Amino acid sequence: MTRPADSHPPASRRTDRIAEMFERTRAEGRPAVVVFVPGGWPEVDATADIVQAALEGGADAVEIGWPFSEPMGDGVVNQKAYEQAIANGCTGETVLDAVRELRSRGVRAPLLVMGYFNPLLSYGISRFVLDAAQAGVDGLITVDLPPHEAGELEGPAREAGIHMIYLLAPTSTDERIRLVGERGSGFVYCVGVVGITGARSVLSDELPEYLGRVRSLTDLPLAVGFGISTREHVRTVGEIADAAVVGSAFVQLVGDTPAEERSARIRAYLEEITGRDPGTPVADPAV
Amino acid sequence: MTQQTHGAQSRGASDAGGVPDAYGHFGEFGGQYVPETLMPALAELEAAYAQYRDAPDFLEELGDLLRDYVGRPSPLTLAARLSEEVGARVYLKREDLNHTGAHKINAVLAQTLLARRMGKRRIIAETGAGQHGVATATACALFGLDCIVYMGAEDIRRQALNVFKMKILGAEVRSVESGSRTLKDATNEAIRDWVTNVRDTYYIIGSVVGPHPYPMMVRDFQAIIGREAKQQLWEKEARLPSIAVACVGGGSNAIGLFHEFVDDPVRLIGVEAAGEGLDARHAATLGAGRPGVLHGTRSYLLQDAGGQVTEAHSISAGLDYPGVGPEHAWLKITERAEYRSITDQEALAAFQHLSRLEGIIPALESSHAIAQVLKLKSEVTSDDLILVNLSGRGDKDMMSVADALGVTL
Repeated sequence: MTRPADSHPPASRRTDRIAEMFERTRAEGRPAVVVFVPGGWPEVDATADIVQAALEGGADAVEIGWPFSEPMGDGVVNQKAYEQAIANGCTGETVLDAVRELRSRGVRAPLLVMGYFNPLLSYGISRFVLDAAQAGVDGLITVDLPPHEAGELEGPAREAGIHMIYLLAPTSTDERIRLVGERGSGFVYCVGVVGITGARSVLSDELPEYLGRVRSLTDLPLAVGFGISTREHVRTVGEIADAAVVGSAFVQLVGDTPAEERSARIRAYLEEITGRDPGTPVADPAV
Repeated sequence: MTQQTHGAQSRGASDAGGVPDAYGHFGEFGGQYVPETLMPALAELEAAYAQYRDAPDFLEELGDLLRDYVGRPSPLTLAARLSEEVGARVYLKREDLNHTGAHKINAVLAQTLLARRMGKRRIIAETGAGQHGVATATACALFGLDCIVYMGAEDIRRQALNVFKMKILGAEVRSVESGSRTLKDATNEAIRDWVTNVRDTYYIIGSVVGPHPYPMMVRDFQAIIGREAKQQLWEKEARLPSIAVACVGGGSNAIGLFHEFVDDPVRLIGVEAAGEGLDARHAATLGAGRPGVLHGTRSYLLQDAGGQVTEAHSISAGLDYPGVGPEHAWLKITERAEYRSITDQEALAAFQHLSRLEGIIPALESSHAIAQVLKLKSEVTSDDLILVNLSGRGDKDMMSVADALGVTL
């Protein structure tokens, strides 16, 4: 079994919220459920309320998407949401403002920023890492920044106590898996399909073999994402991994729901996919 | 021409000026900024390219195709009346006379041969104006391969003739409705297809852009332009050119011309599209952009303050791209090459000028290089020898030129 904490703890003495999350979900004998939502979308100031509703519904962590005009790893649902977010005026500052707002509301769940490298590069690596750490960001997932190109970000991020979470795919060789295991921290994001983001009706047959291979080569907790949309998917993933990431399906739900019903629908959806009894306390006691 | 001058020679990858390094970096530029799903495919491509680039059977097959199918070597033409006007001898490297009408076919055929050796029977490509799409559809027809070309919906509307050509050649043209619905969006969609179908699909990139090994590999396959020109010029003038000029969109025809001369005392000038002017809509990535990451490579790009990629504009669809090959970014910051820009209006004027002066109708892309040569008049003497890459012919542009001149056909 994997160790409770990651093998490369961040240098700072900040609380490691990701390690705490996995300690708790393991103790409870269930996978962590992570949701993804683009920042600054559907309205530019909507993010904090969406994240809070997801946490209240039972999500254990949230990835906030930093919109990019060229999201080459994303399917049509996320592409359209990013386009709208950019049109709304969402920037890196908007994403960090949402994180600050959530921390000021007392949210203690891991909050991750997921996106592409160019907006981060444009923001300035050192400036971003400092701002993100101050805002309360726990980890970065940068889709087009594989570990062998990430040196200039990895050092400052680790210094600031921010986890670098790398992705793996079913096509990944053992060599790539080892590299991600050595360079990453927090958890490994295992892309569940050979393909781009988007909800799928069935999970890949390759999943158990692929996850088994990753498990044998790294001690980091494993999250599975891309294509996960139902309670059944979450349960299946829970048998072989430490976390399930629900992305496009959640984005679709938010996009299809009128603003006034949004928080209630989000809570209900999270209760459904986590299988949590609405009467029990949520993972993040602050919300 | 000897057999040896065809195809990729042993000189190339890491031995020409030390770039790129093993990971595809040209100094701080280049690299592999891609989703992890693609890393095995890039490693497979690197290995295949390393295996075949100097393999005699590969070079022989490519050399035969370039000679008998494309019509290489392409001629080197002394532009006598243009020379008189500029005040220095100007030679045109006639890539416009290649089969399919431009330099694109050189790298497409080479990549198609590589795809076949890798056992990939499904070919995808992105295209803006449609020239790279037509070249790819042509090569796939020649070898009986499945061909899917991604093209922005807006470009499909503007380039109906090339869309029809691709269909006649048996390719499937997929319309891309996302983003600005132009080349950059078609490239995103081709990358998404590749991420999804990576196990049986070869992605033929049309320029010296994208993740390593594409910028190096496409450069090596296009380097035949400069290699031939150097030899041809030597036969005619017994010396090197003093200046080499080429237009730059992604930058493949320019790198193809420059590569052979990088270590020689030759002034290299790349010409970008200034569109409506650098303070308005343009495609001068090196002249007015800043470093960033787009489509898997680190280079200059057109972007806003928040790092969102902005739309490029040029009257020439082939130059209408917000990125540029990483080797050009490196040649720029090391000051080995100069980059200038030419407006839509200047390119249009050069298009007509060369037609009347030399009886050669250039592509609008190549018209930017011609316009730059005309501007060199004050900088050159009669001792100068100018080599220009005439990267494509203007047939495809007749409708847009008529449009721009207010002529109804």
